[in-house]
Amino acid sequence: MNELFEMRSEDLDGPANRAAARFVERARGAGLIDVAYAFVPSPFGDLLVATSRRGLVRIDYPGPDPDRAIEELATELSPRVLESPGSLDPVRRELDEYFAGRRQAFDVPVDLSLVRGFTRRVLRATARIPFGELATYRDVATRAGSPAAVRAAGNALGSNPIPIVVPCHRVVRTGGGLGGYTGGLERKEFLLELEGVHHAARADPVP
Amino acid sequence: MSIPPFAAFLEEHRGPVYRFLVAAVGRDGADDCFQETFLSALRAYPRLRDASNLRSWVLTIANRKAIDHHRARARAIPVGAAVAEAGGRGAVSGPDGDPEVWWAVRALPPAQRAAVVHRYVLDLPYAEVARILGCSEEAARAAAYEGRRKLRTVLEGTR
Repeated sequence: MNELFEMRSEDLDGPANRAAARFVERARGAGLIDVAYAFVPSPFGDLLVATSRRGLVRIDYPGPDPDRAIEELATELSPRVLESPGSLDPVRRELDEYFAGRRQAFDVPVDLSLVRGFTRRVLRATARIPFGELATYRDVATRAGSPAAVRAAGNALGSNPIPIVVPCHRVVRTGGGLGGYTGGLERKEFLLELEGVHHAARADPVP
Repeated sequence: MSIPPFAAFLEEHRGPVYRFLVAAVGRDGADDCFQETFLSALRAYPRLRDASNLRSWVLTIANRKAIDHHRARARAIPVGAAVAEAGGRGAVSGPDGDPEVWWAVRALPPAQRAAVVHRYVLDLPYAEVARILGCSEEAARAAAYEGRRKLRTVLEGTR
């Protein structure tokens, strides 16, 4: 009878993990995953990248609490969220090529359903700024239909759920100042440098 | 309490579910039952309203899959014959390398089998065993007791 109790402590982590990995593949094959995510290496560290059924929905720079981002995806989109690196293969390939300097435009579809209204219009306008070019906050506010809403455009860009691919780093101040960046200004500078932008982009002087 | 991402649910419960299935259907069958359990859970997941008893919920599904597995096997090979063969040899291990106690566990009636595994292997309280089996706590206690008594008889008879 002791075997009954021995089964309590038998180490089954390995087989259980392998079974879980096979399950994720089957779930993917059966089309049961609503939101797939993976950690994708980049010059900034591992990005948390998530795709919905419609397209790329979120990219997070490395942070202290990736679980929180995953919980937000579950709350805002669907609880059927699974880590499925295979589902992110096209996105991973395009990001690799971009960071290697071999890609200027992203072809993966983008899903902006995490944002609404003016924010979504600003991000749509931002998505059309070509590689290596800059626009001002006023430009994107105008293209989003509200030329006066410059500050609101800045806020909209600050809540961009898909940085890098929706290139909010290409939006700068009218006077040539770099403006802000949720991921940190050094990342904005890195991305602009990667795109060969050597304008007078510099951090704004402290007033 | 909101429903956690399925990824977190899977990570938290894959261990207990796998352990239950190894005990209930054996190593060879555990993997298939594991896949079926979590596929069923994933299908039903968006309709869940209550996140407070997720472990009981997924173990209930696993228990159903284990019963399906035994039914399918019973059609293929009569379970009685398989157990008699394993026990009759006085074998220490069954054909799939498991200790013979598991052959005896698998030969128990479904409710006793599940009660024994949930109580003695997963160490769940009787209240939760009852919830998983959909019976009263008294009935869960009785099933675990009766299952354990039968196991002792079978195992002492073969040693």
